[in-house]
Amino acid sequence: MITDSLKDFEAGNSLWQDAWVRLKKNRLAMFGLVVLIVIGLACIFVPWLTPYGYEQQNLALGASGPSMQHWMGTDTLGRDVLTRVLYGGRVSIAVGLIATGVALLIGVTYGAVAGYVGGRTDAIMMRLVDIIYALPFMIFIVLLMVVFGRSLFLLFLAIGLFEWLTMARIVRSQVQSLKQLEFVEAAKSIGLPEHIIIWRHIIPNAIGPVIVYTTLTIPNVMLLEAFLSFLGLGIQPPQSSWGLLISGGVETMEEYPWLLIFPGLALSLVLFSLNFLGDGLRDALDVRASKD
Amino acid sequence: MAKFIFFRVLQAIPVLLVVITLTFFLVRFAPGGPFDGEKSVAPVVKAALEAQYNLDQPLIQQYFSYLGDLLQGDLGPTFKYPGRSVNELIATGFPVTAELGFYAICVALVIGGTAGVIAALKPNSTQDYVSMSAAMIGICMPTFLLGPVLVLIFGIWLEWLPVSGWGDLPGDKILPSVTLGAMYAAYVARLSRGGMLEVLSQDYIRTARAKGLPNYVVVLKHGLRGGIMPVIAYLGPAFAGILSGSFVIETVFQIHGLGRFYVQAAFNRDYTLILGCTVFLAGLIILFNLLSDILAAYLNPRLRAEVEGKS
Amino acid sequence: MKLASISNKHLLLFSILLFSGFLTACSQGKSRVEQGNINGILHIANGTEPETLDPHISTGVPENNIGMSLFEGLVSAHPETLEPIPGVAESWEISEDGKTYTFYIRKNAKWSDGTSMTAEDYVWSWERASSPIMGNEYAYMLFIIKNAEAWGTGQLDDFSEVGVKALDTHTLQVELENPAPYFLNLLNHHSLYAVPKHVVLAHGAMTDQYTQWGRPGNMVGNGPFVLTEWKIYHQIRVEKNPHYWDAANVKLNGVVFYPVENYSTEERMFRAGQVHKTYEIPLDKVPHYRENEPDKFVNNAYLGTYYYQFNVSRPPFDDARVRRAFALTIDRDTIASEVMHGVVDPSYSLVPPGVGGYYPPKLIDYDPEEAKRLLAEAGYPNGEGFPPVDLLYNTNESHRKIAVAIQQMWNKKLNVSVGLVNQEWKVYLDSRNRLDYDIARAGWIGDYVDPMNFLDLGLSTNGNNRSGYVVPEYDEMIMQTIPGAKTPEERNELFYQAETRIMTDLPFAPIYTYKTKYLLHPSVKNLHKNYLNYYYYKYIELGE
Repeated sequence: MITDSLKDFEAGNSLWQDAWVRLKKNRLAMFGLVVLIVIGLACIFVPWLTPYGYEQQNLALGASGPSMQHWMGTDTLGRDVLTRVLYGGRVSIAVGLIATGVALLIGVTYGAVAGYVGGRTDAIMMRLVDIIYALPFMIFIVLLMVVFGRSLFLLFLAIGLFEWLTMARIVRSQVQSLKQLEFVEAAKSIGLPEHIIIWRHIIPNAIGPVIVYTTLTIPNVMLLEAFLSFLGLGIQPPQSSWGLLISGGVETMEEYPWLLIFPGLALSLVLFSLNFLGDGLRDALDVRASKD
Repeated sequence: MAKFIFFRVLQAIPVLLVVITLTFFLVRFAPGGPFDGEKSVAPVVKAALEAQYNLDQPLIQQYFSYLGDLLQGDLGPTFKYPGRSVNELIATGFPVTAELGFYAICVALVIGGTAGVIAALKPNSTQDYVSMSAAMIGICMPTFLLGPVLVLIFGIWLEWLPVSGWGDLPGDKILPSVTLGAMYAAYVARLSRGGMLEVLSQDYIRTARAKGLPNYVVVLKHGLRGGIMPVIAYLGPAFAGILSGSFVIETVFQIHGLGRFYVQAAFNRDYTLILGCTVFLAGLIILFNLLSDILAAYLNPRLRAEVEGKS
Repeated sequence: MKLASISNKHLLLFSILLFSGFLTACSQGKSRVEQGNINGILHIANGTEPETLDPHISTGVPENNIGMSLFEGLVSAHPETLEPIPGVAESWEISEDGKTYTFYIRKNAKWSDGTSMTAEDYVWSWERASSPIMGNEYAYMLFIIKNAEAWGTGQLDDFSEVGVKALDTHTLQVELENPAPYFLNLLNHHSLYAVPKHVVLAHGAMTDQYTQWGRPGNMVGNGPFVLTEWKIYHQIRVEKNPHYWDAANVKLNGVVFYPVENYSTEERMFRAGQVHKTYEIPLDKVPHYRENEPDKFVNNAYLGTYYYQFNVSRPPFDDARVRRAFALTIDRDTIASEVMHGVVDPSYSLVPPGVGGYYPPKLIDYDPEEAKRLLAEAGYPNGEGFPPVDLLYNTNESHRKIAVAIQQMWNKKLNVSVGLVNQEWKVYLDSRNRLDYDIARAGWIGDYVDPMNFLDLGLSTNGNNRSGYVVPEYDEMIMQTIPGAKTPEERNELFYQAETRIMTDLPFAPIYTYKTKYLLHPSVKNLHKNYLNYYYYKYIELGE
């Protein structure tokens, strides 16, 4: 029995290799992956990449187009746009990752417990999910940001608080089907504690759909942050984010188009890449489409 | 079936109660009240204003009298627009937003559906990539970016379409509908592509092809039907999402819809208007989810059996 | 392969059909502006949605812009100089001591439903406007009238003791608390407009806020125009009022006001010929219009001061030397010319220069050296030991730009650490009211043209002070000394002394004097510019 389950793990491993081979064939997904890595690295290493600080002004220079000194030009306060785009990327990407992480943590745990325990607990837990689903989500986020003021922490929490729902549903249905499988029964029979069974045996096997959904949630969260920035409820200056840069750039798209084009391009590229990667992963991992 | 609907409606009551209670107390915690402004308001004046709107009563009493009024369908007066009721504002704003949402869904179905079908015909080809990329423009760009860019191109440079308004000038509904619809086109494309792919690999399609039916007949008759299924299930939540997410479009295009009322209300601390919009939208979301479940159940025999078996 | 190409063609065809359908829908004829020029209809983008058109409830500029078309003051104002000119009253007399005013209402003054206006209308309206249960935020504008403050704050129960009397149907007598040279200007403010008693009472009680009298069809005013349509968040239409006493000289047939919160949206509407006039102009569009289309760009002096206030009630800004050091380090010329693209004037005083013939002293200037010396004197040589402080501002693009620029000036020149705190409007107001800030952005727009309206910001009892500045001598100057002035020259001299005092203490550091900036179609003639940015629509004409 136990050897059987080990085989399953091995089979799982080769499954991952298969998926990787399939993913490599999807040129769009691979393109996305490369773009993400390049932009991610640039954002991490920005202090060594540009000679300017992101708050450093040059009022006399004002807004100037792309040049040798400033590859992406400067904004109306004479600040280097390249530097600001990369620093803004740090914030935008961090918001996407952390908020999704919050959602992931809550959703996976919640879904796994509901699916594993089953019965009445499951019914009650999923009813709660239904209730939160019915809340006008955007409105609540706006309300939360208005009521409690703007802090990064709250932003993560607010977004994470809503995004975990779908995750919980996906994980639950995965767990439900997994727990009937032999190797889980085996683990139970040798007396492993339940939390170990959930974390060691069930979650790793339910991870495919979770990865796909995660990849597709990050762009949503980044868009949401941009939307809040447009309303003036997002990130606080002097910190900046792509959403903030874009909503500023839109105002001056005719006068100083580079203030819109570069942050817009950065955000769109990352969102495109994430979406392609997510879709590619979905195909590669053969996750059914019917879960939205 | 009737029982299923009955239980779902029954379920909505506690959900709405939670929404109301949460919103009611949440907005009261927000710093600043409805009558605070740039110029300070004399204490006498503020007291008079609060008395006019019953804000001088204990909070818990206000809560229960709100619930009482709500049962009679009365959402109260707004604080920011003296002489107007929340009911009146929702009645003016909602039809506009709903119309915008409806057109946007149509646009999403046309663009997304087309892209999804084209992509599914030849997965992992240039055709797939190009059409899916096109469908994805809407979710890779914030609407407050896409909207103004479209206006600049079609409204200002080409002068083909009005730059703002809703029902005032011929053609002014096009740009807002397209901008909002683009956001949902990607989801529709994804779902219809997935659905088509699944159907096209089924046995009966192979049979149909083997029988020598022309390919496009197979695709249009059988494939499309399969591709549309997941999209229909998605429509309910999408419409609800559009309704509560339309405020950027309404601000950019100067449309007198519910979204603008709501955002202004949140900033103005117009307690009753915030509550009214929230309750109304929560009710709508519940309704649309229910409708889309029923519709999906009727279109899918397996699900239908399940639902009817329950009743 | 064949399958794909066939359905591809179909879909392509379908898409083309759809797209051409869009385009046929957009064959536009004349723009709204061109059409308006033919029909005599002025189209105006007017900021946020007006909350109410009831002049005794409304507070905002958009409301006032519409109210100016629906009502007229007892005494009106010259559209450019704002000198008092006859309005509803065709003449008036002022007593020797400057405290009693007698107004003679013109016989042909009518409400827009044809009813005659009477002196009694004013007595009733002012009772309403100043009533303690009305909830009129501008009730204090009437407090210059004898006993009105006591009545308005609930200390006096009988309105008949307030100094306003109808001597007969067309004669109104007003008694003031103190002589006030600006009283005639005040009559042009919406809080002192008359409202039609017979209409208000037909729809509710005198002091009700929740009534229908302000709706199109119900609303009756006495201005050159009358309200005919109000679609919320959509448009407000007013049409020429045939009962207006001077209707013969009103050129326009109507005005349509559009609520547009977003400055970029209204700028696009303007370019597409949808409106004659915008409410504002996005700051970054200014250079373009000034250089390429100067005939469309209006930039005019506006009675207001933009300033930063210090929280005087707690360290480190309880020390006047620290405040002065910070005030001296603001490079106002750079802010005005570079950050604000020259659409504002740098300001060195609380009162904008030239108000009522008053010219303020210039006691601060850009002087970082002196600032460093002061900071050292206060115990922070080269900024050492200076605690980190925050600069608070509300969400707005130009506030943000100015804050970022000034933050850099302070941090660089004074070697201190100033952080930025950006709050949403109501939260920001709350923080200011609770004195929960170090430095806060603020602005004051005058309600009437008089230095008093600015200098009383420093009063310890003024709710708009919000800086913790409490100086009894200053209070006495404002409350006792200045109102006792015998001549305008003496009064201005006293203002000079008061301003010298407050600009030495510096609870407020002025930054710039406001100017209006908006876009105006060249076909609009006789839209006069004035210090209060009041629009007198009766004079406006539409040309080519």
